[in-house]
Amino acid sequence: MSQEKILKGKAYVLDDKIDTDQIIPACYLTLVPTIPEERVALGSHALSGLPERYPRFVKEGESKCEYTFIVAGRDFGCGSSREHAPVALSAAGVKAVIAESYARIFFRNCIMTGSLFPLETPVKLNERVKNGDELTLDLENNTVILPDGEKISLTPLGAAGEVIEAGGIFEFARESGMISK
Amino acid sequence: MGQTITEKIIAKHAGKDSVIPGETVWVSVDLVMTHDVCGPPSFAIMEREFGSDAPVFDREKVVLIPDHFIFTKDPASIRNVDLLRGYAKRKNIKYFYDPANETYRGVCHVGLPQAGHCRPGELVIGTDSHTCTYGAFGEFSTGVGNTDAGFVLGTGKFLLKVPRSLLFLFEGKLPKGVMGKDIILTSIGRIGSDGATYCTMEFRGSAISDLCMDERMTICNMAVEAGAKNGIIAPDEKTREYLKGRTAVPYTEYQSDPDACYAAKYEFKAEELVPVVAKPYSPGNVCPVKEVAGTKLTQVYIGSCTGGKTADFKAAAEVLKGRKVKIRTIITPATKEVAASLDAEKIDGQTLREIFEAAGCDPIQPPSCGACMGGPIDTYGRTMADEVVVSTTNRNFPGRMGSMQSQVYLASPYTAAASALFGVLTDPREVL
Repeated sequence: MSQEKILKGKAYVLDDKIDTDQIIPACYLTLVPTIPEERVALGSHALSGLPERYPRFVKEGESKCEYTFIVAGRDFGCGSSREHAPVALSAAGVKAVIAESYARIFFRNCIMTGSLFPLETPVKLNERVKNGDELTLDLENNTVILPDGEKISLTPLGAAGEVIEAGGIFEFARESGMISK
Repeated sequence: MGQTITEKIIAKHAGKDSVIPGETVWVSVDLVMTHDVCGPPSFAIMEREFGSDAPVFDREKVVLIPDHFIFTKDPASIRNVDLLRGYAKRKNIKYFYDPANETYRGVCHVGLPQAGHCRPGELVIGTDSHTCTYGAFGEFSTGVGNTDAGFVLGTGKFLLKVPRSLLFLFEGKLPKGVMGKDIILTSIGRIGSDGATYCTMEFRGSAISDLCMDERMTICNMAVEAGAKNGIIAPDEKTREYLKGRTAVPYTEYQSDPDACYAAKYEFKAEELVPVVAKPYSPGNVCPVKEVAGTKLTQVYIGSCTGGKTADFKAAAEVLKGRKVKIRTIITPATKEVAASLDAEKIDGQTLREIFEAAGCDPIQPPSCGACMGGPIDTYGRTMADEVVVSTTNRNFPGRMGSMQSQVYLASPYTAAASALFGVLTDPREVL
């Protein structure tokens, strides 16, 4: 996980219940996330399963998006256990998702891989933020700052935070003596 | 204080007397399952962390069972099965079900129990969200990503937050035309598609005890569609009967204590249940079939880990026997054992296969995940345009079966077959 404590960039705003088929459609699951060029390809297809009312997330012919954050509603990442989903968002350049709640496996995959920060806020942020708005995420103080300067508190990560702090499940297990260093 | 069946299994695997919901524990894993979609990255992560020569934690506790993209000419899909083959050989994996030979089985979640890998009291991790299916056998099983799987492959250990349990009680006798699929869709409809996030869904009651193992698997299979970590049903005589001849490994049966603590209890009178569907685009968007009866369809799909088992095809055949389908009807058995049962199981002297053929269904497909999740462009039955499908599968998200313009209604095999007869959504009680 990135050591930067302040992240700045544009937000891409989504509704409730964005599932993993929308984040990365099943026809791209033949791409293996651990093969570098296939990881790049996964990024280029990130969120390509969204309905047409959303603006295109990654522009045609490009592999990175212009967004640093996803702002979403309830139950983000529901559906499949495909780790391709957080990997695709990360490969496209997303650093953090800020949602009202997450599906369990997607949240866990973010933590275990260290590919994305899955942050929660009780505020319906996706009703307050517009596509393309510039946000500042302050990981030290657990807040997100809106374009008008308003600060919104994020829910503490709890036990998962320890795994993130360590840098993923392997580092966490090494630090806690579960596996050898 | 009493413990639930899930808490007892986790405590046992954590080496503790008891656990409390919310606490995080390391558990020993009895089995790790992976397939062609998530196996290759899981192996790469395992070897990156532990070295390319590192062995798996136990060569007899790893099952590699390719099933997703098998009957396709897509080069990447073929390459991925090759990667499984290579790993199986390098790590001397005992259980690899290779599509290239007679060991091939078909869909993991039906193939694993059939091959005798599922036993009460055990703890299973799989790289597929529907790994929760095996809870039907009174064991803890849950789906994980590749990084978690890579860790488990190397260590046999898994970091687990103990879930709170929700109890779903179904007392009474199910009416004719109502199946396990209606039980789980009704449950998800009641609590919403994120109503069990991080929780266990424990199913109990005389209506559950009456169900065969195939039907119990349908219920636990879709626990994840309410966000659950696992679904579970206590083992009983039917469980033991199913396991006979499939496994010789001793197992421990656990039951929830009478004073076990549940975060919530949902009670249903089985007699009051009706056939239901989940409308596009969420498994939680549930209503009685009657409310949407007459909705025009273009395709019927009977298959997958959820709805492609022998009990599912028996139900469909009961409806289709001596009748003709009006729209394209696709039959995809989950596994080779299910496919063989289409020739062995008979209704009034006619095999299930004969019934489907006489009814005008499409040629029966080879066992695999098929078009449940769309898949490569040449997948049989994948939606390509604005199809409206009634399907016995588990998800109906936008684009799930292929095309973003298509719509999927999730239903029981009874409802799917009855709808095939008229080309519109049909309550199966009208034809049974």
